[in-house]
Amino acid sequence: MTLQDLRIAVLTQAPRPNIWDLVALILAIGAMVLIVYGGEQTTLPLSALETAPVSLDPVHLPVYALRTTLRMLLAIVCSTVFTFIYAAVAAKSRRAEMVLIPLLDILQSVPILGFLTFTVVFFLNLFPGKVLGAELACVFAIFTSQAWNMTFSMYQSMRNVPKDLDEATKSFHLSGWQRFWRLDVPFAMPGLIWNAMMSMSGGWFFVVASEAITVGNTTVTLPGVGSYVATAIEKRDLTAIGYAILTMLLVIIAYDQLLFRPIVAWADKFRFEQTASGDAPTSWMLDLFRRTRALRTLTLPFAALNRTFSNLNIEWPGALRLPAKAGAAPSRVIDGLWFAIVGIATGYAAYKAYIYLSASLQPSDVYDAIRDGLITLLRVIVLIALATLIWVPIGVWIGLRPKLAERVQPLAQFLAAFPANLAFPVFVFIIVRYGLNSNVWLSPLMILGTQWYILFNVIAGASAFPSDLREAASSLHLAGWRWWIKVILPGIFPYYVTGAITASGGSWNASIVAEVASWGDTHLSATGLGAYIAKATEAGDFPRVVLGITIMCILVTLTNRLFWRPLYAFGERRLRLG
Amino acid sequence: MLDQTKQQSTLIDIRGVSRSFPKGSGEDLLVLDKVDLTIRSGEIVGLLGRSGSGKSTLLRIIAGLVAPSSGKATCRGETIEGPPNGVAMVFQSFALFPWLTVLQNVELGLEALGIEAAERRKRAIAAIDLIGLDGFESAFPKELSGGMRQRVGFARALVVHPDLLLMDEPFSALDVLTAETLRTDLVDLWIDGRLPIKSVLMVTHNIEEAVLMCDRVLVFSSNPGRVAAEYKVDLPHPRNRLDPVFRQLVDTLYERMTQRPTKPPTMENMQANVGVGLVLDHVSSNVLSGLIETLAAEPYNGHADLPVLAGQLQLEADEILHLGESLQLLHFAQFKEGDLVLTEAGKRFANLETDARKKLFAEHLVAFVPVMGLIKRVLDERPSHTAPAARFRNELEDYMSEEYADETLKTIVSWGRYAELFAYDEQSETFSLENPGVDEGSA
Repeated sequence: MTLQDLRIAVLTQAPRPNIWDLVALILAIGAMVLIVYGGEQTTLPLSALETAPVSLDPVHLPVYALRTTLRMLLAIVCSTVFTFIYAAVAAKSRRAEMVLIPLLDILQSVPILGFLTFTVVFFLNLFPGKVLGAELACVFAIFTSQAWNMTFSMYQSMRNVPKDLDEATKSFHLSGWQRFWRLDVPFAMPGLIWNAMMSMSGGWFFVVASEAITVGNTTVTLPGVGSYVATAIEKRDLTAIGYAILTMLLVIIAYDQLLFRPIVAWADKFRFEQTASGDAPTSWMLDLFRRTRALRTLTLPFAALNRTFSNLNIEWPGALRLPAKAGAAPSRVIDGLWFAIVGIATGYAAYKAYIYLSASLQPSDVYDAIRDGLITLLRVIVLIALATLIWVPIGVWIGLRPKLAERVQPLAQFLAAFPANLAFPVFVFIIVRYGLNSNVWLSPLMILGTQWYILFNVIAGASAFPSDLREAASSLHLAGWRWWIKVILPGIFPYYVTGAITASGGSWNASIVAEVASWGDTHLSATGLGAYIAKATEAGDFPRVVLGITIMCILVTLTNRLFWRPLYAFGERRLRLG
Repeated sequence: MLDQTKQQSTLIDIRGVSRSFPKGSGEDLLVLDKVDLTIRSGEIVGLLGRSGSGKSTLLRIIAGLVAPSSGKATCRGETIEGPPNGVAMVFQSFALFPWLTVLQNVELGLEALGIEAAERRKRAIAAIDLIGLDGFESAFPKELSGGMRQRVGFARALVVHPDLLLMDEPFSALDVLTAETLRTDLVDLWIDGRLPIKSVLMVTHNIEEAVLMCDRVLVFSSNPGRVAAEYKVDLPHPRNRLDPVFRQLVDTLYERMTQRPTKPPTMENMQANVGVGLVLDHVSSNVLSGLIETLAAEPYNGHADLPVLAGQLQLEADEILHLGESLQLLHFAQFKEGDLVLTEAGKRFANLETDARKKLFAEHLVAFVPVMGLIKRVLDERPSHTAPAARFRNELEDYMSEEYADETLKTIVSWGRYAELFAYDEQSETFSLENPGVDEGSA
């Protein structure tokens, strides 16, 4: 094929709009109008929130849903930008890596809703009297729930770029910038998108929780689905909660179909494999867009811009370049200096924290927090065990039936994305109505939203279980207990652990909203670290919030390090099939 | 031939280049020792050697991907610091970007040079045409067969019009037929003067490939890598593999590659020199038994010409040497002037039943593999009859890199298990004398 031929091919394909153009155009314009409308609302003064309180009239729900969605969008954009910068610095600089990666690991286990206490105050002070401050605080809360795992995924991909491709980029003189966009980002894409999807699923929970929040004397109620539910709780309106749940269902379906499906289908080409494999993901939205003619032409300038952008000839600053010289051992002096700076900063932070906390806290406060922490830990353990007993057999049963699994799997993933806190009032209503013990019956709320991770991972594991092994098992007449213990449980183990890690992490986070609940002016509370943090937040008692978060952080990190990671490593080493 | 116009200037000059890599124990492992090499315009030079002979490292030094530890490497008179201009590389694994189409992959190198779009497209399409990929411009690499993918690799390297084309075992990931087609296509283009390059440097462990394509072949010896010999190939292209001169050269190269650099390969000095620190390549005991049987049977009757044996077993020179060396280490066979000859023990082994074979194998392991003897002794002496693998790993790492220590340990475990010398528990990483099958069965 010559140059001439290519040009002709492009030209004949070009303008002449078709019907798909119209459909896609309407969708695109609609999206733009909605974004502008939603954006205008945020520049209003804070007092506007009080003059126009959240109304329970379902007519307003579409607008509330829109604003909630916009917050999510903004947060995912921030998370992506953060991911690119943080992961790139950590992957390219050895010294930065030493600090950034452990920091990321800790940040992952900080309870996000505890964070909110500080950020609300910070952002409100940053934009005094403007809705923008509160909006940013909310977006920041979602950001903190999304960014860390995306960053980890990107960092790991960047560290595992195949050696031959790495050498190819060097050999062909690609600059650091070109290499980043041509190799690092595409290679990281599949993992990044998967993690972004998981983040989005988790994010709905936090956007709903952070729209209506009270920190000491400051109460912020941002218009959105979350504050709609908060108002409904206050007014004991069960019907309104039903509307909210319905709205959320629709929003999540739309988000999945209009945004994530197309992205996943598009990103399939970045999967790093040299052979064409089975089913590629599909998306009707992407197909629609690909069928349009005029709209595709419209994207050409953007594609060109993207090419120019990624082709800029920028080298990384020297500090971020790996030493090329053989045996050029990294300078000991600079290393020493770096350790000293990090050490001093850490010491100073520890000293400040100690001064701040010891001013208002007694040792007995620490004991209280630890005791509450252990109670919550017990809850998490019992709940995960219960969820395992229930969902592992069901998941295996479903996963071994491909037709059924195909239908149930999207449902389980959808349920994992659904913000369970919207459904809390229904349960609270029942507890209040029948006067149940809140220490026991509030607990299941913690796992309401996260149990689905166990289910869909087990389904995935059972579906992937090789049929020859199943056949071998049945030809050896393995059945009953023996079949479970020798055949299927080891087979799904790595999948199960992945699901259980997510579920247990999510439960800790959920405890902050699940251990305290109210219905109108009836307040329920269970003893636990979640309730401890929630109450301290409401009272604006910052030292106790810090203490609670610290304890939770330590407990989460410890269970991860001492329990889940060894299990995961064991599963990967011994039980990974194929 | 363009010899008259091409054969003038020196492209690459390597003087006394060494390269070492850090080893587990802290000392450095020397992989390349004071190598000299000159590449002039108009020639195809082959670096032939076993794995671990440092030939790939030398190629990467020339490519500017690895810096030499000492010595001087220059490209057109300038010291090589980072990838030099006018040098392009073809990779064993193709190294194509799976998210870019064939055309985009080929254009990549030009984009980095900042060549404007129209010119880029023109040159890319010309290169794609040249290498026989027309029609595949918009395909993604995963849609292509291995041979087609490596053609993309060639097009991507050729499109930047490099003076020197570096090839790192470019055909070894391809099946026999595809590799042959690609080799002859490339040689045809080269002798027609249609390749926009001045010289080629290729790394290979395939002896016939080197003789088929190269004007000059440098044979590397291993541990550390040195240039052991240099051979000129004056045969005109296209070369005939059945030509007696061709066969003679292949035989000579086989012989050269089975020789140790300084001393002849007698078994005694081999072990005396290295002792426990001998790197053991992992070769399955099944393969060793199979090879002994093949050697003992017709038509070899205990004496095989290496190229013939390699041809029959469809093995690369490197692989057959590898297997032969394991047999030589265990005193079951011996290299003699490019042939592989069974010893008396080897002949006996071929005629034994499974259990007797295991016993003989065990005797040879203890007698001729120092580290095996050591493990056996330690296990016998300790009251518990167990020993952690770390104890031996540390000792191994005094002599070799971590990777080699891993490989050696793997070999120890696999051979020891076959010979029933000891048991190994992977979970706790311990050696022991108990027979695990018996114990668990009775419990």
